[in-house]
Amino acid sequence: MVEHSIYPENQEMVITTSQVNFFYGQTQALFGISLLIPAKQVTALIGPSGCGKSTFLRCLNRMNDTIPHGRVEGEIFINAKDIYAPGTDVVELRKEVGMVFQKSNPFPKSIFDNVAYGPRIHGEKNPKRLAEIVEQSLQQAAIWDEVKDRLHANAMGLSGGQQQRLCIARALAVGPKILLMDEPASALDPKATTRIEDLIGELRTNYTIVIVTHNMQQAARVSDYTAFFYEGQLIECDQTPKIFTNPRQKQTEDYITGRFG
Amino acid sequence: MNNTADKFILLSLRLITYAIVLVVGYILFDIIRNGFSALNWQFVSSFPRRSGAAGGIFPAIVGTFYLVVGTIAVSLPLGVGGAIYLAEYAEQNRFNSLIRLAIITLAGVPSIVFGLFGLGIFVLFFGFGPSILAGSLTLACMVLPTIIVASEESLRAVPKGFRDASLALGATKWEMIRTNVLPYSLSGMITGAILGIGRAAGETAPILLTVAAFYLPRLPKSVFDQVMALPYHLYILATQHPEAERIRHMQYGTALILLLLVLGLSLGAILLRTHSRKKFRW
Amino acid sequence: MAKHMQHDIDNLKAKIIAMGEAVEDRVYQATLSVINRDPVKANAVIKGDREIDDMEVEIEEDCLKILALYQPVAIDLRFIVAVLKINSDLERIGDLAVNIAERGLFLAGQDQFEIPFDLSAMVSLAEKMVTESIDALINHDVRLAHHIRAKDDTMDAMNREMYSKIKEMIITDAEQVNILMHVLSVGRHLERIADHATNIAEDVIYLVDAQIIRHTPELYDE
Repeated sequence: MVEHSIYPENQEMVITTSQVNFFYGQTQALFGISLLIPAKQVTALIGPSGCGKSTFLRCLNRMNDTIPHGRVEGEIFINAKDIYAPGTDVVELRKEVGMVFQKSNPFPKSIFDNVAYGPRIHGEKNPKRLAEIVEQSLQQAAIWDEVKDRLHANAMGLSGGQQQRLCIARALAVGPKILLMDEPASALDPKATTRIEDLIGELRTNYTIVIVTHNMQQAARVSDYTAFFYEGQLIECDQTPKIFTNPRQKQTEDYITGRFG
Repeated sequence: MNNTADKFILLSLRLITYAIVLVVGYILFDIIRNGFSALNWQFVSSFPRRSGAAGGIFPAIVGTFYLVVGTIAVSLPLGVGGAIYLAEYAEQNRFNSLIRLAIITLAGVPSIVFGLFGLGIFVLFFGFGPSILAGSLTLACMVLPTIIVASEESLRAVPKGFRDASLALGATKWEMIRTNVLPYSLSGMITGAILGIGRAAGETAPILLTVAAFYLPRLPKSVFDQVMALPYHLYILATQHPEAERIRHMQYGTALILLLLVLGLSLGAILLRTHSRKKFRW
Repeated sequence: MAKHMQHDIDNLKAKIIAMGEAVEDRVYQATLSVINRDPVKANAVIKGDREIDDMEVEIEEDCLKILALYQPVAIDLRFIVAVLKINSDLERIGDLAVNIAERGLFLAGQDQFEIPFDLSAMVSLAEKMVTESIDALINHDVRLAHHIRAKDDTMDAMNREMYSKIKEMIITDAEQVNILMHVLSVGRHLERIADHATNIAEDVIYLVDAQIIRHTPELYDE
C-alpha cells in the first residue's frame, strides 16, 4: 500500500490504480496493486524477472486485452476516467497513453511513414500538418538532426539506438500525455542507453513517464519515484533517493543490494 | 560427426538435388523436342478441325485461361480471408483445431473426388450445368487448402512487434491487420497463388466432369458455358482419339503450350511477388 | 556479483575493526605511560603511529574501490560512508594518543608530582568510550551508541572541572606550572578523544537507522 505522504503536497496524480489483480486464465499474476503515478515525473518499476511489472505496465494502456483469457480486476483511473469501464474507447486511451517496447520495432517503411503512421491512422491527411508532426516528434526524440536529410529512407537502415528513438518519436506523434516504456534500453549498447536515459530526462518536462527496467542503476539514474514489485505484489514505492539509500522494506533492500534476484 | 561423414552427406544431398533437376530437365526437354514441330502461329490461334487432329488449340488456351482466372478469383479471397481469420482472430480451441484438420485433409483429397464433388454440387445440385462457373468453383475447392496454408504461414511470419506497436498507437484490430500485417505477408500469399495457378491449370480430373468439352469450336459467351481446356484436350488426344498415334506432335505441342501458359502466369505472379518483397522488406 | 561485493565488504569490516582495536590499544598504552611515567610505553606509541596511518590509507582505498566497482546502495552504501568517516575519526584518535604519549615522555623526565584530581577517571572514561564505539560498530548496537553520546557530556564536565582545578593550582603552586600545563594538555586530548568516539557512535546510528543525528543535542531517553 502506498502512502500519499511520499508525494509533495500539491502533486497531481495522473494514474491511480486500486487493488488491481490480473489473471492469465487461472493463474494470478498481479495481487492487489494500488499505485499512484504522479504527473510529469518518471516512475520506475523494478523487480526480478516475472514479478509482474511488465504485466502491470501493459494494463495501463490495455495492451493486455490482446492476451487470450486475460482478466483484470480492480480499478485503473487515468485522468480520472476508469479505463476498464464498459464502453471505454480503447483507441482514444491508446492515443493518450503511448508505449515503447523493449525490442525496437520500427515498421519497414520510411522514417517519415513510421512517425506519420499514428496520425494517419487517426485521420490526419493534410501533408503539411503531417510533416510538421513528424518533425516535431523527431525533434522531441532527439533524432531529428540525424535523419532530417533522409526521411524517406527505410527505417530498418538505422542503428539499434536510432531505431528505438524513432519508436519513441512514433509514439509521441499521436500526442500522448503519458509514455509507458518497457525496458526501452535493454537491447542497446551503453552509449545508446545513455542517450535514451538523457532523452527520458528531457521528456519528463512534458510527459508523465512510467518505465519498467531490470537495471537498477538505470532506475536510480532516471526516475523520480521507484516502485518495487515482487511475485506480483507491490512491495514498496517511494522517492528514488530514499529507495536507494534507505528503503523501508527488507525485501526491497535485499533486491537492490543484489542479495537476490 | 567426423569429416568423412560430413562430406558424404553433402555429396549425397548434392546428388539428390541434381537428380531432381535432371529429371525435370529431361521432361522439359522431351516435351520441347517432341512438341516443337507443332508450334506455329496457326496452332495457337486457330480452332481445331477434324476432331482436333488438325488445326489449332486456341479455344483450349482460352478455356484454361478463363478457368485459372475464375479459380483464383474465388479461391484467393476465400483463402486469404480464411487465413486471416485463423492467424489473427481464432482462439486456440478445439473447434479451430478441427478447422485446421479439415483444411489439411482437404489438401489430400484426390482430384477425381473433387471432380465428382463438383459434379454433384455445382453442376447438378445448383444446376449450373457443366460450365466455367462449376469448373472454377470445383478447382477453387481443390486449390483452397494450398492458399490458406501459404497465406497463414506468411501472416504468422510477420513479427509480433509490428502488431503490438500498431495497436499501441491506437489502431483498431482490422486497421492493424490491413496496414501493418497484410502488406508484409503479400509475397507469401502470392506464392500460394502461384501454386494454385499451377494446379488449376493442369488438373484434368476436376474439370473432366464439370466443365470440359473436347470439341467445342467456339469461344464461351458466359460463365455458364462449357469450354475446352488444355489438360483435357491433351488427355483426349493422347488416349481416345482414333488417330492418337499419328498426332503425337500435337499432343506434345498441347503439353508445351500448357507449360508455357502456366509458366507465363507464374512468371507474372513471381514478378508481382518480387516487387512486393522489395517494397515491404523487413 | 553480490558475492564479490559481500566478500570485499566483509574484508573491510574486519579491517576497520582491527584498526579500532589497534587504536584502542594505543590510547590505553599512552594513558598508562602518563600515569606510570613510563617512557618506553610512550615511545612505542609514538613509533606505532605509522602503522595506524597505513591502515587508514588502506581502508580508504578499499572504500573507494567498492564504491567504484559495485555502486552499492542502501545499507551497503551507508556502511561504506560510515566506514570512511569512522576511519578518519580513528586515525585522529591515534594521533591524539601520540600527543598524549608525547606528554607522557615529558612527564616521565620530571620529578614525582601529585595530580590533585582524578585523571584516571577521565582516562578510563575515554578508553571506555573508544572501546564501546568499536563494539557498537561491530554489533550495530544503536542503544550503545546513544549511551556513548550521553557519556560525552560527562567527559565535557570532567574536562571543565580539571580546567578550573589546574587554574587554581597554577595560582597556588607556580613552580609546577610546566607540569600542570602538560597535564592540562593530556586532559584536553582525552576530551577530544571522547569527541571522536562520539562521532563514531553517531556514524553507527547513521549506518543502522539511516538517521543523521549530528548536531542534535537531545539525549536518548530509554
